[in-house]
Amino acid sequence: MTLTAAAIPTDVASSDAALRRFLHGLPGVDQVGADARAAALGTRSIKTTAKRWAIDTAISMIDLTTLEGQDTHGKVKALCAKGVRPDPTDATCPRVAAICVYPDLVAIAKEQLGDSGVKVASVATNFPSGRAALSVKLADVRAAVADGADEIDMVIDRGAFLSGRYLEVYDEIVQVKAACGVAHLKVILETGELATYDNVRRASWLAMLAGGDFIKTSTGKVSPAATLPVTLVMLEAVRDFREATGRQIGVKPAGGIRTTKDAMRYLVMVNETAGDDWLTPDWFRIGASGLLNDLLQQRHKLTTGHYDGPDYVTID
Amino acid sequence: MGKLFDYAPAPESRAIVNIGASYGLFINGEFVDPVDGEPFKTVNPASEEVLAEVSAAGPQDVDRAVTAARRAFDTTWSRMPGRERAKYLFRIARIIQERARELAVLESLDNGKPIKESRDVDLPLVAAHFFYYAGWADKLKYSGYGETPLGVAGQVIPWNFPLLMLAWKIAPALACGNTVVLKPAETTPLTALAFAEICQQAELPPGVVNILTGAGETGRALVEHSGIDKIAFTGSTEVGKAIAKSVAGTRKRLTLELGGKAANIVFDDAPIDQAIEGIVGGIFFNQGHVCCAGSRLLVQESVADDVLERLRRRMSTLRLGDPLDKNTDVGAINSAAQLQKIRELSQIGEDEGAERWSAACEIPDRGFWYPPTVFTGVTQAHRIAREEIFGPVLSVLTFRTPDEAVEKANNTPYGLSAGVWTDKGSRILSMANRLRAGVVWANTFNKFDPTSPFGGYKESGFGREGGRHGLEGYLR
Repeated sequence: MTLTAAAIPTDVASSDAALRRFLHGLPGVDQVGADARAAALGTRSIKTTAKRWAIDTAISMIDLTTLEGQDTHGKVKALCAKGVRPDPTDATCPRVAAICVYPDLVAIAKEQLGDSGVKVASVATNFPSGRAALSVKLADVRAAVADGADEIDMVIDRGAFLSGRYLEVYDEIVQVKAACGVAHLKVILETGELATYDNVRRASWLAMLAGGDFIKTSTGKVSPAATLPVTLVMLEAVRDFREATGRQIGVKPAGGIRTTKDAMRYLVMVNETAGDDWLTPDWFRIGASGLLNDLLQQRHKLTTGHYDGPDYVTID
Repeated sequence: MGKLFDYAPAPESRAIVNIGASYGLFINGEFVDPVDGEPFKTVNPASEEVLAEVSAAGPQDVDRAVTAARRAFDTTWSRMPGRERAKYLFRIARIIQERARELAVLESLDNGKPIKESRDVDLPLVAAHFFYYAGWADKLKYSGYGETPLGVAGQVIPWNFPLLMLAWKIAPALACGNTVVLKPAETTPLTALAFAEICQQAELPPGVVNILTGAGETGRALVEHSGIDKIAFTGSTEVGKAIAKSVAGTRKRLTLELGGKAANIVFDDAPIDQAIEGIVGGIFFNQGHVCCAGSRLLVQESVADDVLERLRRRMSTLRLGDPLDKNTDVGAINSAAQLQKIRELSQIGEDEGAERWSAACEIPDRGFWYPPTVFTGVTQAHRIAREEIFGPVLSVLTFRTPDEAVEKANNTPYGLSAGVWTDKGSRILSMANRLRAGVVWANTFNKFDPTSPFGGYKESGFGREGGRHGLEGYLR
């Protein structure tokens, strides 16, 4: 299949002008239409067996996150324990995909998680603003990788993107990717600062062209964080990118996803936009903290038939 | 859509609906047995189960209803101040909202449309129409069309949006001070009968609204009745022409909302993903049983392959099945007769050499179903590009320049609606000026609002429904 949008010239990253030509040649996104499509998918009714599957799948896709100035070793250890065994009373409950922390806490998370299968993700590149010299950002990344981070969540330079310095953004992603070594790179677009869906689509393609393994909506520090329409635009981007290049890129909405109902809506959207290939923790993640306990409570409800309340799930 | 995430059935409960075994006619505020009418059955098109027995009104029944409407017009409704009429209309609108879920389920049962459409589109619009025209009832002197009602309106509506078409007809007529005799379609009488109950619940004066169920014969008797001042008809162009002939030379006023073969025009700079949604919504919404359906896709040649590839992929995610399942996208074809017509025209499309592609979906064993279908390689010379199919069948044509798009779009006896998809605002305006269609949607399709007039050019009819313009047909 040859998609018009996907005819990528070989010299696409040769200059700002070449990148601009390509990114601005992508089909536009009609905001009203994208919002309507996201809202329509949000009305899907997920019941019984489908709900059971979706809850467990959502749990397994969570990047369980703590990104606070007040984070301590104790907090990170507790979060790791929670991520490995979200429901200590039920061995069938899946573990989360990863624990997401600041770089200086990677070592402690790695030590806690060991060979549990739960990965360590670290934000880097002077998260959340990204305002630092490139050498500082790269050092940030290398330190996290050296301490054992399996995944790096970088932020793009939104200032450069918004002023049209696409090549600068591209080069930065390329260098961060190189600094990651074997670690997977998630590129945070901070869509709340990009403002338009056209920008979200362009930033998605830019991040994919530059070698990101995942594209991620938000830091969680800017409002709005993840929204359904933004995630829709990003899912369309990864779908089209794979058709153009054969390379599959993951998607991670993060921030503001708090309830089981929210998570169901995202999974429905993945299902009906990108399809089965993205319905695994390898290709779709949800960055969240409070969501996990809501999923666990709904999981209890499906098992026992009644809602047992917040004291029946563990806090971290 | 994949196979991993298999949505479990999510049926809306039908317990909320109480369908009687049989129904009489609603004349002068009461349900009465027909004098010279015959009973007939209405079925659920998704299961072929008989829902109820309904009466076909005969000529004497029509006469009784018109007489009741005339009496109500003379003695109460036309004399009532607009602000008082408004109170009844507001009351009806609120009762519709209160009973919205019940009415949505009933509509889906009798019509076959997905519950998500009857719940999220039909019913909110029905209530909105009554609210909107309730607001006009005491402001008619500002309408620009006079303040004097016409008298008794005979109204005949189709089966595709049974309750919504009732609202389009009854709300403006009543707001202007007319009384009505309305005939719902033969295959979808139940929500109109529920509406009759709502008129009782709202304590609307007897005779202001009369509902006569029946088929073509009942409609003919109503249209030809000498006591009718105004005919409003929505339905096929064929029947519309017959009605126009029968009222020619009489004092009866007439508005017609007939068929269509709308062009949905996609330019190469369109927001493609949203255009795909618009194409799908344009033709598969309500199983394509939409007079303004975007049944002709005109796509610019430079993006045609891309658009079609994306369209087929999107069509493969459409969920066809039980109309009461909240996740159903495409419901049942309304009747065996309509299914037959869709099959015939599709066969003609194949015979004429167009290439047919249908989404692979499981067709239920019972009921009337047709999979979402697209024909490519269609030209202006194909019958499927000219005749209204009124089903989930899309014909795809291509164009090279804006001029060619306009020429092809206008090269049809119809002129009800059109769609334009482009990121360029100036092109939208220029296309809208040149397309001979009553409604032109830009970067959207099948959007309705009570404040917006709707109606056709050429063989799509005349007169407008909705908005201030919708008052013209009921005032002098």
